Amino acid sequence: MSEYKVKFEVFEGPLDLLLYLIKKEEVDIYEVNLTKLATQFIEYIEMMREFDLEIAGEFLVMASTLMYIKSRELLPVDQQAQLEGEEEGEDPRWELIRQLVEYKKFKDAAAQLQKLEATQENVFPRVPGKLEFESDQPAPKPDVSIFDLLNAVNSVLKRFEKREGATRDIFEDKWTVSEKIEYVVRVLASREAVRFSELFEDATSRSEVVCTFLALLELIRLKQLVCAQSEDFGEIEIKKRADAVAASAPTDAPQVAPDTSA
Amino acid sequence: MELKFILESLLFSAQKPLSPAELREVFVNAAVEEGADATVKSLKKIKESELTAALEQLAKEHETAGRSYRLACVAGSWQFVTQPDYGPWLKALVGVKARPSRLSQPALETLAIIAYRQPITRAEVEQIRGVNVDGTMQTLLERGLVEATGRAEVVGRPSLYGTTPLFLEYFGLAALEGLPAADELRKIVVEKPPAPVTADAGLATNPPEQLQMTEGTEPKPESTPAS
Repeated sequence: MSEYKVKFEVFEGPLDLLLYLIKKEEVDIYEVNLTKLATQFIEYIEMMREFDLEIAGEFLVMASTLMYIKSRELLPVDQQAQLEGEEEGEDPRWELIRQLVEYKKFKDAAAQLQKLEATQENVFPRVPGKLEFESDQPAPKPDVSIFDLLNAVNSVLKRFEKREGATRDIFEDKWTVSEKIEYVVRVLASREAVRFSELFEDATSRSEVVCTFLALLELIRLKQLVCAQSEDFGEIEIKKRADAVAASAPTDAPQVAPDTSA
Repeated sequence: MELKFILESLLFSAQKPLSPAELREVFVNAAVEEGADATVKSLKKIKESELTAALEQLAKEHETAGRSYRLACVAGSWQFVTQPDYGPWLKALVGVKARPSRLSQPALETLAIIAYRQPITRAEVEQIRGVNVDGTMQTLLERGLVEATGRAEVVGRPSLYGTTPLFLEYFGLAALEGLPAADELRKIVVEKPPAPVTADAGLATNPPEQLQMTEGTEPKPESTPAS
């Protein structure tokens, strides 16, 4: 009996359970002894109750159908009551077996689909590289407008609102735009792209954020960087300009360098 | 130049699976190109059926050649795909395919019923499975494998459901006819002998013939149907 316990979660419904019981009996669906099946099915329901499991309504409906079939078997044919609305030939056993056969077929079909699903995971389509004959490169992602950038920097600045709201200290600006240009260039030298917020992660004050932001704008103006946003209101990504790296790096880089020394 | 090899070259370099209609368009476009030669022009008015025949021929040739890839028709569009046996290495090369998690047993059963019996109402699916299918239907709808295709002309006009092209793609099927054992399970609904019961319309399958024999094999005398 304890084997039921292990199998408990497996049954999708009463039909599934019936199929399992039939399979255990090792008989064909058409030859199954429904009376015996009814007893086993109800034993199972009892078990569920003992384990304090919630019994789905469908199981109870099936149990009552089986009980009905079983009770009918006890009576000789000529004394069996004709239920109202139940036409002659509407044998409940028929209906149940038909349902079981049909369900079994679809269960087998589902197993076939499962096999196909697993196979399909291992099928890879040929995906040729994009044929690029046209020279003009499409923009990598939707362009970012100055307003998007301002929005982004505003949200960074909000971080400092609370901190600096109460008291205001006056101190000399420790940061210069040229220093920050160097910083941004350095960050992007080692990486393909950087997230907008990452650039400001280490910033300790409003003025530092502003300096970094101005540096960013300057680099964009010098066509050293591009900003891209993969989705509306998404994180802005900063990348080196693909063409700038090769073409203008030698000319622009020295321009940046003197700034820092100034 | 053979048509099938032109098609082969097209599918070899295509960015996505191509349907016969899309391929036909390519032939038309090539023919109107300036300087198109006689061969190209002669194929301008090629029919889709001719393309399909050539594609099938080509697929067969690839199959018999026993290469590591084959020409597959999925949801009506053709493309080159690898044989499943080479999955382990391809996974290592291109990474595991971005595919949603595998379908659960109830979802597969529900999907199978819808696939073979579409269009079908939710109640009819429930009657076959013997359990409520609200949850699994929701999953299947969300994953885009099934969709509402109309309404049944019965009381309450319940929605009818069918599978989507994505379903074919997901299982790598060319068409619904390609479903395993399709002819048996898709059998057109056979009316039950006239009965006043209308609640389970559209549910009936062919009553299994062996049933008559069951009565004989059963030991109980009272088991003869009341008919």
